[in-house]
Amino acid sequence: MGFYLGKRAIWSGLSLFLLVVMVFFMARLTGSPADLYLPIDAPTSMREEFSRLHGFDQPVYVQFFDFIRGLLTLDFGQSLRQGRPALALVLEAMPTTLLLALYSITSALVIAIVTGALAAWRPNSVFDRIATLLSLIGASLPNFWIAIVGVLVFAVGLRLVPTSGTGSISQWILPVAVLAIRPCGLLVQVARSSMISVLSSAYVKTARAKGARGGRIIFVHALRNAMLPVITVAGDQAAGIINGAVIVETIFGFPGIGKLMIDSITYRDFAVIQAGVMVTAIAIFMLNVVIDIVYAVLDPRIRMN
Amino acid sequence: MANQTHTLTTSIPDEAMSENRIKTVLRLLWRDKFAFVAAIILTVTVFSALFGPWLLGRSATMMNLRARNAPPFDLSRGFEYILGADSLGRSILARVVFASQTTMMIAAAAVICSLIIGTLLGLIAGYRGGLVGEAIMRITDIVMSFPSLLLALVVLYVFSPAISNVIIVLAITRIPIYLRTTRAEVMEIRSRMFVIAAEVTGASTMRLVFKHILPIVAPTLVTIMTLDFAFVMLAEASLSFLGLGVQAPNVTWGVMVAEGRAYLSTAWWLSFWPGLAIALVTMSLNLVSNWLRIATDPVQRWRLEKPEDKNV
Repeated sequence: MGFYLGKRAIWSGLSLFLLVVMVFFMARLTGSPADLYLPIDAPTSMREEFSRLHGFDQPVYVQFFDFIRGLLTLDFGQSLRQGRPALALVLEAMPTTLLLALYSITSALVIAIVTGALAAWRPNSVFDRIATLLSLIGASLPNFWIAIVGVLVFAVGLRLVPTSGTGSISQWILPVAVLAIRPCGLLVQVARSSMISVLSSAYVKTARAKGARGGRIIFVHALRNAMLPVITVAGDQAAGIINGAVIVETIFGFPGIGKLMIDSITYRDFAVIQAGVMVTAIAIFMLNVVIDIVYAVLDPRIRMN
Repeated sequence: MANQTHTLTTSIPDEAMSENRIKTVLRLLWRDKFAFVAAIILTVTVFSALFGPWLLGRSATMMNLRARNAPPFDLSRGFEYILGADSLGRSILARVVFASQTTMMIAAAAVICSLIIGTLLGLIAGYRGGLVGEAIMRITDIVMSFPSLLLALVVLYVFSPAISNVIIVLAITRIPIYLRTTRAEVMEIRSRMFVIAAEVTGASTMRLVFKHILPIVAPTLVTIMTLDFAFVMLAEASLSFLGLGVQAPNVTWGVMVAEGRAYLSTAWWLSFWPGLAIALVTMSLNLVSNWLRIATDPVQRWRLEKPEDKNV
């Protein structure tokens, strides 16, 4: 278990490093980094001054070590737009996105597991067919379209929830729902097929022979084993949730990492973009470790090895 | 019956047999009503992508300031305006048809690129293995571990958001899917008896990989391809929606949704119709992919054939 986690950590660390290298060289590939950091209409004298100030006139390897040193001391540079450390801006935005992702994936998981299990109880029943069709629709609708239609129907039309902002609980309902629909559709399909195979296994038949009721069989006996593939897919979806968060935050005006990135891209604030990419990568790395641990708790075979 | 379905999997392009083959495919498609409707939607989309700009190119770019944000389902301006008009008075119906070409072209190019590169690398990683295979897999893990949209945004920010760059970025983020699938299947197939037999009789590596192993992997890859086409379409639409994908004057469905966002509270149809087009096509692709998975799997195909046996 420890060895397994260690191996994962080393690979994640390596991929993080490669990402750093990629971001560094990408910024240099397109010419002077001053072009990336400074506004388009900056005069030549300002560009030269900026290059000298930040060491961009040094050889590339010197710049690279400076860059790494900056990263190790958590110095990502200053935000041009707000004149504050880029990292502080990113860390301020992070909790909103994490909460959004947490609420979405939790509600998606709960709905998907219950629906999938009930659909698997009687395959090809009316409930099963409706659930399968709805999950397919949910898995293929574009995020931004659901968001736009959601705003039109529930905020503009019915006036049930506000269109944007983060002040009250009601403002979270629509973004969380939009973000949850896609993973939920996928997870229903996974939960259903995995539940069907578990329900046909010998130990479930034994439970049935002993006279256990349907609900008890599904939620006490079968669920734990049927959860494993669901957790795997949910983990894969986590990176997808961040993708979705970029769009949902932009549409609903949520001050999360996605909106920060889009705003920084619009205002050419490269320091913040860089910090955002790094922090997101680290967050996803930590999430993968958490999923590994959950997996080990659920499956003793992994724990033993 | 058994003979006819057999022709689906063999590759003898005899004239009479190929006609039977099309019939078999159509009958299998008819068995799954959802997939049948989906196939019709996809055919219409492909048709409009091929001929749309040629048929409706003029009305898609013609502005009519009197028809600015004209509401849908109003036939007083003619059938062209049945879905309404955009902020410059251009027919939305014509524009949706017109934009299908760029939308489809980008997705197709990205899918084909990632399919070719992913399959080749997967064949190498699966057949050769060793240090090269390990290195390929590790790089794949890295690409997969990062949110693709965020990466694409940064890449498109640094390089300019041209159509070619959008295709390259999307292709790179989708390579791992084909690579991992191909590798996993190749590793299993290469130890099967017929591959070993071919190896013993002296077939070259090239012949072994492309004549014996690849045809077995192909159906799985085609199924993934249909699913992935939907995914790439969504990704392109998201990028264009965020303003870092396709740029005007080029137009895709994602661009149209983005353009309509400003008028959301006064003219919902600007964003709604192109979004619906994306939703319908991706949903159809999912349904067809689902059907393909069953139809190309000899173990599961009876699900599509059984009802007819009852009638006969």
